[in-house]
Amino acid sequence: MLDLTFEPPKPKVISGAKQDWELVIGMEVHAQVSTRAKLFSGASTQFGAEPNSNVAFVDAGMPGMLPVINEECVAQAVRTGLGLKAEINLMSAFDRKNYFYPDLPQGYQISQLYHPIVGEGEVLVELGTDKDGTHRARRVRIERIHLEQDAGKSIHDMDPAMSFVDLNRTGVALMEIVSRPDIRSPEEAAAYIAKLRQIMLYLGTCDGNMQNGNLRADVNVSICQPGQYEKYMETQDFSHLGTRCEIKNMNSMRFIQQAIMVEAERQIRIVEGGGQVEQETRLYDPDKGETRSMRSKEEAHDYRYFPDPDLLPLEIEQAWVDDIAAGLPELPDAKKARFMGDFGLADYDASVLTADLASAAYFEEVAKGRDGKTAANWVINELFGRLNRDEKSITDSPVSPAQLGGIIDLIAKGDISGKIAKDLFEIVYTEGGDPAQIVEERGMKQVTDTGAIEKAVDEIIAANPAQVEKAKENPKLAGWFVGQVMKATGGKANPKAVNEIVAKKLAG
Amino acid sequence: MSIDTATAAKVAKLARIRVEEDRLPALAEEFNTILGFIEQLGEVDVDNVEPMTSVTPQRLKRREDVVTDGNQQSAVLANAPDAREGFFAVPKVVE
Repeated sequence: MLDLTFEPPKPKVISGAKQDWELVIGMEVHAQVSTRAKLFSGASTQFGAEPNSNVAFVDAGMPGMLPVINEECVAQAVRTGLGLKAEINLMSAFDRKNYFYPDLPQGYQISQLYHPIVGEGEVLVELGTDKDGTHRARRVRIERIHLEQDAGKSIHDMDPAMSFVDLNRTGVALMEIVSRPDIRSPEEAAAYIAKLRQIMLYLGTCDGNMQNGNLRADVNVSICQPGQYEKYMETQDFSHLGTRCEIKNMNSMRFIQQAIMVEAERQIRIVEGGGQVEQETRLYDPDKGETRSMRSKEEAHDYRYFPDPDLLPLEIEQAWVDDIAAGLPELPDAKKARFMGDFGLADYDASVLTADLASAAYFEEVAKGRDGKTAANWVINELFGRLNRDEKSITDSPVSPAQLGGIIDLIAKGDISGKIAKDLFEIVYTEGGDPAQIVEERGMKQVTDTGAIEKAVDEIIAANPAQVEKAKENPKLAGWFVGQVMKATGGKANPKAVNEIVAKKLAG
Repeated sequence: MSIDTATAAKVAKLARIRVEEDRLPALAEEFNTILGFIEQLGEVDVDNVEPMTSVTPQRLKRREDVVTDGNQQSAVLANAPDAREGFFAVPKVVE
């Protein structure tokens, strides 16, 4: 049985001027749904198109246009929900969230406030292993996932007096994934997003591209005195926690972590100074390293939600959900557990190899019919290391799984030493070719023929009488002879055989 | 439910409709008349009655995930008071 037990990590404690404080974090992650067309129109979701070219009249908010839902967006939300072990709501409904902004031509965003498509689920966020071997992980509860429309994009730096608006993004489907306030440190916040991203990449429901804004987060931060969070967990009563502030729209793991710390420190200063934190929306300014109130927006954001009269409730059938469930791929947690169980991999190696699907598939092909640990070693240390140096990803690897497997087979057969294998790997990496053939053609085969090795040892000994005398007094110097023999044989001699023969000859 | 002039002013602001100060009392009164009318519905007992979402039984119409629309930049921008380089150009909105 696998040892997958874990302890929750300790919450981040921040020392204020007067006392210690703990962090409490909840997140709303906006993930762009991977589909060809938008949520309610037939316009393309392609990133980077000419401005306003991926726009249907529905998206532009033209009068008389009616939204018609893209069924694949619904399927993707269900898939994501299943991936987060969440409850799927067979009846959900769409509401209008009303506000005015130039990049929202309808004057409202179609969202799901009252009846989201996905209910409660959870994400296992892994946080590594302590020095004493304790695995650290936290189960972050998911409150809900709802489907909604993205807004357009405003560009403010193209003209001194004007803002430029591109509606290509308007109406693209988003999943808003809302967590409970179960995250307790900036590192956990980043790990949580990374895990969500990994799961969605496995599922193919979001491409996870943070730079393009396809995955972004609003982060709710509050502080509490040690012990208060436990009271909240016991009762689910938020009054045990501090007042939260929401930091909007962040699409960088680094900035998310910075913003959480900066915001927590701001709240601590207020509370320790005898003030009260006001619940509000804030923006993080990475240049100044501070969060700023968006108060002007706050006032305008009285959203007056109401059910969208253009859309009937979304009813889906259990059989359809079951079909989707049956087609789900193996998810990261399951794959990792299988790699540890079937291939005997360590926790860390299994995590690295299951980080993305391409790496996992590559490894499995190499490991097939071979020793799993050796395969993992070669993939992680040699291949990933080499790819990293070239800033290449596994999908651009010049070495195929079959080629890497071939190298490993040559070591296993004793045809080449580990050291030569590394040279061979470099040749295959840069020049390509069949490893066995390269070894044959370039005479890289390991010399296990003891006669040949003995001959080489004899030659070295004959050429270095002074060294031989010294080595007889100090057996540690035998290493020098081994080195010389290896050098003379171009590293092809079997190191074990060389050691034995050198020892024997020096003694004799 | 009673709407005062302050609430009427707020609703107007949220709807981006300018209402002069001296028009607010009349507007609030209109709201009150409408809401009073609607409130009569509250007298009906709807316990255990499912909301009727359409007159005839219908299922929400679905679309396939196929790109069927777009590539009409000039049509999309046709009514814009100002458009430049393919963008809508609006007075600066950055904070």
